[in-house]
Amino acid sequence: MMLQTNKNKLRKRARAEWRFRSYGILSLLFASTALVFLVSTIVSSGHSAFFKTTIDFEFPLDAERLGIETPYTWENLWAGSYYTAVKQALYALFPEVTSRPDKRALSRMLSPGAELELRDYVIAHPDKIGESVSLEVPVSSDYDQLYKGHLPRTGKHTKLSAQQMEQFDRLVDEGLIHYRFNPGFLTGGDSRYPELAGIGGAITGSFYALLVCFLLSFPLGIAAALYLEEFSKDTRMTRLIEANINNLAAVPSVIFGLLGLAVILNVFGLPRGTPLVGGMVLALMTLPTIIIACRSSLRAVSPGIRQGALAMGASPVQVVFQQVLPAAMPGTLTGTIIGLAQALGETAPLLMIGMVAFIANVPATPLDSSASLPVQIYLWAESAERGFVEKTAAAIIVIMTFLILMNLLAVIIRSRTQTKVE
Amino acid sequence: MNLNTVYPMNEVTMAADLVDVNAVEEGLRVVSSPGLTAENVNVYYGDIQALQDVSINIYSKQITALIGPSGCGKSTFLRCLNRMNDVVDGCRITGNITLNGEDIYASDVDVVELRGRIGMVFQKPNPFPKSIFENIAYGPKIHGLAEHRSDLEECVVTSLQKAGLFEEVKDRMHQPATGLSGGQQQRLCIARAIAINPEVLLMDEPCSALDPIATGKVEDLMWELKENYSIVIVTHSMQQAARVSQRTGFFHLGDLVEVDSTENIFQNPVDSRTRDYITGRFG
Repeated sequence: MMLQTNKNKLRKRARAEWRFRSYGILSLLFASTALVFLVSTIVSSGHSAFFKTTIDFEFPLDAERLGIETPYTWENLWAGSYYTAVKQALYALFPEVTSRPDKRALSRMLSPGAELELRDYVIAHPDKIGESVSLEVPVSSDYDQLYKGHLPRTGKHTKLSAQQMEQFDRLVDEGLIHYRFNPGFLTGGDSRYPELAGIGGAITGSFYALLVCFLLSFPLGIAAALYLEEFSKDTRMTRLIEANINNLAAVPSVIFGLLGLAVILNVFGLPRGTPLVGGMVLALMTLPTIIIACRSSLRAVSPGIRQGALAMGASPVQVVFQQVLPAAMPGTLTGTIIGLAQALGETAPLLMIGMVAFIANVPATPLDSSASLPVQIYLWAESAERGFVEKTAAAIIVIMTFLILMNLLAVIIRSRTQTKVE
Repeated sequence: MNLNTVYPMNEVTMAADLVDVNAVEEGLRVVSSPGLTAENVNVYYGDIQALQDVSINIYSKQITALIGPSGCGKSTFLRCLNRMNDVVDGCRITGNITLNGEDIYASDVDVVELRGRIGMVFQKPNPFPKSIFENIAYGPKIHGLAEHRSDLEECVVTSLQKAGLFEEVKDRMHQPATGLSGGQQQRLCIARAIAINPEVLLMDEPCSALDPIATGKVEDLMWELKENYSIVIVTHSMQQAARVSQRTGFFHLGDLVEVDSTENIFQNPVDSRTRDYITGRFG
């Protein structure tokens, strides 16, 4: 009898355990499905932005037709009328198109990037003038999207006329249309034309902002943590500061942006919309994270190490800088990288300090107005053109890649120092 | 008083095995001047008095053991000897402690230099999270004892040899010290302390975290080191005090109850509290 009840209890307990385990597995399954869905949709809609559709042209580089005057100085070469040349090359492929409206419809196939590429080619190879060269130039966004299969051929969302599509299909059949890797997406600046828009400016801007953020917040954060943890007396004042630092970590980022707007831009008058100011605002946000990470790693350093170093005759400052801080460095670095990864994804404070303008240039210094990765995503997501959809997804791929790399670095630092200590 | 009633027989045998009685007597006779002297030392933590009027002479080239129940103030007293209590908030010390006649609490004393002359080994082995070499080299570096790399290397090797650790670690000098076993770590800490050539070595329960074999090695080492250094050891183990020390002081509730030759303390204690403690009636 006794044994029987125990058996029932046992079975009940085993079932409860099994139930609990299956809840865990289910929630894990749900989370990983969501993640797979997120990544796969982003990759499937974004991967094509790393490629471009080009058209193969034969250009007769005739100085007269290009309107280039001798001598072939940079100014004279730059002043040539390349747009006409590109258009004429296109019309040459379709001799049957004669009427003005038809020609205009046909010329829609060309991206403004086409004449720029021809111009850059001529400036780079002035000796080729007088010869005939073969050059691949980009097609405009709608045709690019059509070729990539993102644009419906029929229905109310189609953007091209039946004739335009027929002309394009003929070029495809003739083998003049190519699908190429688009390095300009990673190196170039933003553009009004989706096929020309690149994320290089945003990457550089984010890099400069993070650099400024790191240079400000890392030393300041360590100094603050060291003082609070190692040198300060436990007074009401230090406790107040401690509580405030913990609160700062929870302040919404948009408020830091407003602070930057009010103080850094309006009081100190630093140039708005620059990575310098963006980095300063992000540093304000990252500081509490670094201070908290550094303090907890300082606290985790065994008191025996401090005592040992003191007993060896080291001064308190020597103890801190020669023994305690080096031992706390891995944890601090991990916290810093995670803080910087957070800062990389912050959008709101950058909107507040004006890093939201359309900037077509890649910034040369942190003092130039610039875009940044999250704000670029925000701007592209708002754009009406169909071509920006894949650009948005591709920008998300880029920022996610950077985030994963940074977190990976944090994991590597942590695991390497762990094995060292063991 | 009958020896057997004061101290269990087997432990006395153990002590007798390890302690060379002649050496003890010789040591007592040779030593004339105390190296380290404490007079009327009082220590307060805030309002609480931790030590009352402690006076003791620590003779050079001897091992002095401080025994007593937990919380009796023996570690506090040890930490007064190299001014480690300076860094404790709210700790106040009165009285006089002199090293070779110099007041170590005088205002013009450099604590860094003092700790160079009075080394310390802690209860828990506390190697720095660096290589074995860096651990030993740290002291000579901050005290400026080695001018050239070769001096430093020589100093590291001799210190490790003195600590009897060199043969065990000579092939892994640049590997993390935290990879050593507990006993090796403690001997490393002793090597680290003697690398700066102190006059006095303070040991705060150096074997309480070690197994009996490692303890035996550390005790053997203490026997060798006493030829060159004065050693003060705080210990919970009366057997250890009996085995290694020539003089023993018994602390109780902040008082130094009795200090005498180890033989007298264990075989012929004067105070009833000492007798009760070493017979195991309390503590």
